Amino acid sequence: MSARLSSLTLSFTIARVHLFSKPKQTIIAMLGVTFGIGMFIALVGLMTGLNDFTEEITMTSSPDIHIYHDITEARPSILEVVNPTGINLVHNQKPKNETAKLRGAARMIEILRQDSRIQGVAPMITSQVFFNYGPTQLNGQIQGVEILEEDKLFDLKAKMKDGRLEDLLAFHEGIIIGSGLARKLNVKKGDRVVITTPQGFTRTLKIVGIFQIGIGAVDNVRSYANMSMVQTILQQDKSFITDINIKLNDRHQAKIVATELQKNFTYKAEDWETANATFITGVTIRNIITYAVSFTLLIVAGFGIYNILNMTIYNKMKDIAILKAMGFAGKDVRSIFMIQSLVIGLLGGLLGLLVGFTLSSLIAQAPFDGGDVISLDHFPVNFNPKYYLTGIVFGITTTAIAGYMPSRKAAKVDPIEILRGQ
Amino acid sequence: MSTVLQAQGITKYFYDPEKFQVLKNIELNVERGQFLSLVGKSGCGKSTLMYVLSTMDTDYEGRLQIAGELLTGKSQNELAKFRNRHIGFVFQFHYLLPEFTVLQNVMIPALKLGDLTTAEIEHRAIEKLHLLGMAEHARKKTNKLSGGQQQRVAIARALINNPDILMGDEPTGNLDSHNSNIVFDIFRELTTVHKQTIIAVTHDEEFARRTDRVVEMSDGKILA
Repeated sequence: MSARLSSLTLSFTIARVHLFSKPKQTIIAMLGVTFGIGMFIALVGLMTGLNDFTEEITMTSSPDIHIYHDITEARPSILEVVNPTGINLVHNQKPKNETAKLRGAARMIEILRQDSRIQGVAPMITSQVFFNYGPTQLNGQIQGVEILEEDKLFDLKAKMKDGRLEDLLAFHEGIIIGSGLARKLNVKKGDRVVITTPQGFTRTLKIVGIFQIGIGAVDNVRSYANMSMVQTILQQDKSFITDINIKLNDRHQAKIVATELQKNFTYKAEDWETANATFITGVTIRNIITYAVSFTLLIVAGFGIYNILNMTIYNKMKDIAILKAMGFAGKDVRSIFMIQSLVIGLLGGLLGLLVGFTLSSLIAQAPFDGGDVISLDHFPVNFNPKYYLTGIVFGITTTAIAGYMPSRKAAKVDPIEILRGQ
Repeated sequence: MSTVLQAQGITKYFYDPEKFQVLKNIELNVERGQFLSLVGKSGCGKSTLMYVLSTMDTDYEGRLQIAGELLTGKSQNELAKFRNRHIGFVFQFHYLLPEFTVLQNVMIPALKLGDLTTAEIEHRAIEKLHLLGMAEHARKKTNKLSGGQQQRVAIARALINNPDILMGDEPTGNLDSHNSNIVFDIFRELTTVHKQTIIAVTHDEEFARRTDRVVEMSDGKILA
């Protein structure tokens, strides 16, 4: 070797010798970091995998914006209208007797279709119904739709387990029902079910298809039928529309657009974030738990490194003193120990990524029955490199902080106190 | 002969447990190539003076100049750099780094200085080990050596950068008479043959008597 060593290279050499002279201690410190980061990767992979999975199926089952007539919305009492300045007490006010009909729906749809932010508009009629099949009677929901419009919004074709969407167009008295509903009713494609409306009107419909979105809450109750057919069984005219579903070009504008539409049309316009508030809260809580647990693990690993470095420095007091006497500045001594903690952090961290990846791969293969709630046969695991980067950065930062404090102490050692002869 | 070390009006206090003047207006000039021993009873301040002269202790009043450079008031980092180049240390204990070989221990101060290539430093380290009769042990770990051998390695390490002054704090304090004699003879040879300046604090009267100049201290002052 003919190169001249820089101070840092010398510090590195000394650090390396220290690390190799106590291999057990070094490995234990490294394993702390490995465990912390490995668990972080596994946890984050599983949690975000679940989040992404549920987000995807939630998004496919709920529109970006849903416009409907909210008849339960609080309205001012007549007393308040007449006497706005007085103290008015009205108990137990009932909602006004109104239909769920959206007035001027055709005009609204026309306006919406011209909006450049909106990708698709699907009008529909929803109603609660009973499904009768033999003695079985189930509560459910029927949606009168233009099925191809609906498909544009929710990609229903991909969700069909049996039958085709087009069959509904061909067969006016047909119905497409959710997989959970089909199972409970014990029916299959080609069977007939009797539906009863809240008004007591009964109709027999033929099942032309079965769909599965993947969420129990939808698959167990929802069914699709032709719009005109539903208008008929509800004994309403051709202009009867209860809901308009909207798909936006940019889903994240939903809140803004919804507020605007609600103001313009005076009907309730609900964006997906509000409609799925519980889901979004769930995501947030899962994220908090993941990061809290991982952070705790890494802090614990950090304390391990702190302890081990402290011990090393205590044992190496004499070495530090003589190095300082021989001309090592405080910062040289500090870098010797910082290098040790960073090497532990980096190697432990990289090993942790490997452990995390292995754990994630194992979890992804583990069978898991989502039951009625979510249709899943194994855990969805996220392998996004972003989290691997976060893990290693997080790990190295923790070890750097844990190593800095003992290293600074080493830099401040007063050599005279140690070297002075007795 | 030129003056290598010049200390003027060195005064120092200890504050713990109570204020106590340990060095009282000390004047000391050391010529190049001089073998000087600092003697005196325990607590007379001789070690304290040596640590002030070594630049490791900066908490004093007065003026310290070594090799023509004024050191009073310099920062810790500057002083560390200065010690690296100009001062070699031998202590009562060897303070060799246990994880490194003899050769590596000797090389470290020169690697830190960075004036030479690694190969040149290795060559010079072997040379110094030869001088001390330790060359055949170069590849051994330091804990495989006897106390006297370890101290000789420590001297080789102190000499690696050809320092202006070699400072010793009881350099034979932990050795038997045989090894003490060896170390003394090495010091003697260094000063006569290699014109090495040595300042050594010692309890050993025999050792002190055979040096060029004995500076006796008492109660924080140099006795005439």
